[in-house]
Amino acid sequence: MSAAERHNVTESGRPDGRPMVFAHGFGCDQNMWRFVAPAFEDRFRVIRFDHAGAGGSAPDAYDPDRHSSLGGYAEDVVELCRELGVTDGVFVGHSVSAMIGVLADLSAPELFARLVLVGPSARYLDDDGYVGGFSETDIHELLESLDSNYLGWSSAMAPAIMGNPDRPELGQELTESFCRTDPEIASRFARVTFLSDNRADLARVRTPALVLQCSRDAIAPPEVGRYVADTLPDAELVLLQATGHCPNLSAPAETIAAMAPFVDAVAVGR
Amino acid sequence: MNPDAATEAFYAALLDDDPEELYDRAPCGYLTTTAEGTIVKANATFLGLSGYEREQLVGQRTFADLLNVGGRIYHETHYAPMLRMQGTVREVAFELVRADGNRLPVLVNAVMETGSDGAPELVRVAVFDATHRREYERELLRAKRSAERSEARAQELARTLQSTLIPPTPPRLPGLDVSASYRPAGDGEEVGGDFYDVFQIGPGDWVVALGDVCGKGVRAAVLTALVRHTLRALTVQERAAGAVLATLNRVLLDEGSDRFSTVVLVRLRLDGHQWVATISSAGHPLPLHAGPGGPVREVGRTGSLVGVLTDVQVHDTELRLAPGDVLAMYTDGVTEGRCGHEFFGERRLHDAVLRHHDAAHPAEDIVADVLDFQQGTARDDIAVVVVRVPPADPSDPPVPPTTERTEPLS
Repeated sequence: MSAAERHNVTESGRPDGRPMVFAHGFGCDQNMWRFVAPAFEDRFRVIRFDHAGAGGSAPDAYDPDRHSSLGGYAEDVVELCRELGVTDGVFVGHSVSAMIGVLADLSAPELFARLVLVGPSARYLDDDGYVGGFSETDIHELLESLDSNYLGWSSAMAPAIMGNPDRPELGQELTESFCRTDPEIASRFARVTFLSDNRADLARVRTPALVLQCSRDAIAPPEVGRYVADTLPDAELVLLQATGHCPNLSAPAETIAAMAPFVDAVAVGR
Repeated sequence: MNPDAATEAFYAALLDDDPEELYDRAPCGYLTTTAEGTIVKANATFLGLSGYEREQLVGQRTFADLLNVGGRIYHETHYAPMLRMQGTVREVAFELVRADGNRLPVLVNAVMETGSDGAPELVRVAVFDATHRREYERELLRAKRSAERSEARAQELARTLQSTLIPPTPPRLPGLDVSASYRPAGDGEEVGGDFYDVFQIGPGDWVVALGDVCGKGVRAAVLTALVRHTLRALTVQERAAGAVLATLNRVLLDEGSDRFSTVVLVRLRLDGHQWVATISSAGHPLPLHAGPGGPVREVGRTGSLVGVLTDVQVHDTELRLAPGDVLAMYTDGVTEGRCGHEFFGERRLHDAVLRHHDAAHPAEDIVADVLDFQQGTARDDIAVVVVRVPPADPSDPPVPPTTERTEPLS
């Protein structure tokens, strides 16, 4: 099975355009980009995919060992982009995928010419002088919250949700299953996400980056976004009016407008 | 009250019910928020549940502000995206942090209202007290985890027990090609009663034992291990199969178990350059013998099984093996392998013995055939041991052809 099949890749836009890879964060799947990605299809080759264990990714794409750190997810991105022939592309990562993109960029600098980091956090836990916004207890509460919300998960749903069923009659079920994944995988991904620490990686990034920060974000508060932008050697920070952690859903127009000047600089003349 | 009067009273009550009251005193908390989540309206029931005053909420707090931190993360990563994409969420579990700091487990349903342009305008949220339900769910989760741990332990135990029923390494017998294969029934989670063993009792003198203790599960496995080890111990002291099986019978009877066992013992002795097999069966399917081109035939005579009667009767059959001969021992999991109403049967087994006569690992190939026949899942344990005399080397002295002689033993 190819990496593209494993990750349920959808391609749209100009096949001859510069590749623009959209990566979703913890919780849902590539549908998170439904309102944003189309705005770039006239000038980019738009690539969306599901992380292992999320959305329509193949059931065997997820490997508890490989995906026990963000590095494993970053390896997936590198493998996928190489298979798709991505070079000097634009990486757009939401939430935890911002750091996955940073790690992918560090291990394969040829892939991306621009990084767009939406609601990034280099570390979610507070740490000696660093404000990440969360304590260990909070993460424990999150895991409990995941548990109590997966009571309705039935293993009978798994085949419909996982494994990219190319069957239109399942379309409805897939919409309803948006944001629902195997509880075991969701719990592991939550741990990997919220216990990660990528502060030391930021300073090594050479690729120009744009940090989009929401004005009220319970997951990545403004000081966290500012830290990312300040620590990256070549980054600009844009503060959005939008509130919440998902401006790609709640304020797509503002998100698109903030991204456009940064990415359009490389859209043409490849 | 007659039915008409009851209906009238019902309509009267309905008319009297003030819509304000209906909203404020609804049997669930009721919130209206902006698309961003800021609370714009809350009913009295919600104020009661949360312990807040209306003016502390309206225009002051978002719904997410009232959740614990874990819930807020879930809100941002799951609830809000689902609400935006689907327009509705159902039965989401949260913990509400009350004004006094106490937690209240709630279940939440929400719908998003959109304007004519499709843009989200407001969100209506129904909040249900789920204290007792959450307790129950926690109990269920604990029970589920405990069951999963027990299952893992049981599987580990089954695997460990299973491994005591066959030799730890593939058997080797100098001068003969030995292949053996073992497959527990089903997905291998239940330990069965089939066993085999291959061991040496003297120079050029070996024993192959294979058998089946009736039943499955831990008790059958414990008895199976006893049978296997008793056979080993007895055979070293006592060469006559009849005496070995008679003692095994006594051991099983003394054990007090109501389980019986079938066993086939094959002693393989090198007589000069020729291998001589002595075959004794205690109620077990007889070994199959085949030369390079066939035919396949049973050898030996079936005696009484062990563990039931005080006296056992078995017969020793001596078979002088020629180069290229194979001797196949198997358990009834092979012939009784089923596909629908059809059994794998002796005919298919004979064909398989011939077909894999010269294969590198004939026992594995035969078991693979039986599994294929059963679409991959064995209904019963399967054990197969195949012993083959290597084909003649032209430089070897001539060996007499296969001969057979049976004498009854008590």
